[in-house]
Amino acid sequence: MKVIELESSVTASNDRDAKRLRGRLRREGILLVNVMSSPGAGKTTLLSRLVRDLSRRGLRLGVMEADIASEVDAERMEAAGAKAIQAHTGGMCHMDAGMTARALDALDARGLDIIFLENVGNLICPAEYDTGATLDLMILSVPEGDDKPLKYPLIFSRAGVLVISKTDALPYFSFDTDLCTARARRLNPDLRVFPLSARTGEGMDALEEYLLKALRRWRGEDSGSMAEGKEKKAAEESLRRGEVSPHA
Amino acid sequence: MHEMGIVLHLAKTLEETAREEHLSRIGSVTLKVGEVSGIMTDLFTECWNYFRGRHPVLRDCELRLETVLAVTWCDSCRSRYETVRYGRTCPYCGSGETWLLQGNECIIQEIEAEETAGESAEAEQNGP
Repeated sequence: MKVIELESSVTASNDRDAKRLRGRLRREGILLVNVMSSPGAGKTTLLSRLVRDLSRRGLRLGVMEADIASEVDAERMEAAGAKAIQAHTGGMCHMDAGMTARALDALDARGLDIIFLENVGNLICPAEYDTGATLDLMILSVPEGDDKPLKYPLIFSRAGVLVISKTDALPYFSFDTDLCTARARRLNPDLRVFPLSARTGEGMDALEEYLLKALRRWRGEDSGSMAEGKEKKAAEESLRRGEVSPHA
Repeated sequence: MHEMGIVLHLAKTLEETAREEHLSRIGSVTLKVGEVSGIMTDLFTECWNYFRGRHPVLRDCELRLETVLAVTWCDSCRSRYETVRYGRTCPYCGSGETWLLQGNECIIQEIEAEETAGESAEAEQNGP
């Protein structure tokens, strides 16, 4: 027997799959947004609204619903105007890059602009697996409480975008948006934060503008983002973390 | 469920390593597991013993887990303390301005393995 020192991540094979998938998405000009939250934070409601609003702006959208077992959410997405698919995780508590790539094949993603991957509702496991997405977006709803960045630090440090949802419920809860933002930014200084209500529409514009900008940047249509080689890699990495400025 | 996911990815990563390094059999794998990584070691070992049987190269692979102490850093008084014992509040100054330094990792440290038949047979012939 010989001893081989690896010092590598347990999920090294997933990291390779994720890198390959990001390369494919870049070639096809598709922005893939991995949406993570706990159950009931409003993933499906936010996505229905985004699909409706962004398709009015002329974008072609797709939604991949990861669920342990159900068909309900995909039907809601199709009703809102997106090409949708239900991707069962086979009992797993998260999506990995291999499952995401297979779901993209099943969706037939060609010609789409933005695809949302609605990950399994869970603040722990989804954060540990790179899905190959361009952008990691997490939702925290007002009723869940502003202490969640303290309790689930990994997901807050991995996400590029934090959506604070259900702001229409702020009068009824002792949720401090500034405190929550400060706690999350201590873990992740570059985190973009969007407080909004998908029900009333308040704050939706800012997130939609951000996603449009992220799409242009991913496709290299923004000035200053045509960098090659190392710079391009750094730009991709910074986009995943939520930095949309071309000078990041 | 959480442990099962990690076991599946570990098995896949090791199979790929075996292919790249031309290994016929992996006898053991040593993981460094942080105290606050959220991994239940008993459940993890049980899952491993079940799944390793599905991969010929891993059939006899023993799982060795080394615990990494969780350590937190306090920004206010600039000291270190044991995370599991004191949690998020610094035991020296009572501040909540604290950061985890280590203890949430899960890393493959090393494996013990045999090379494929050709190479090992040759080695045996040349041996004493």
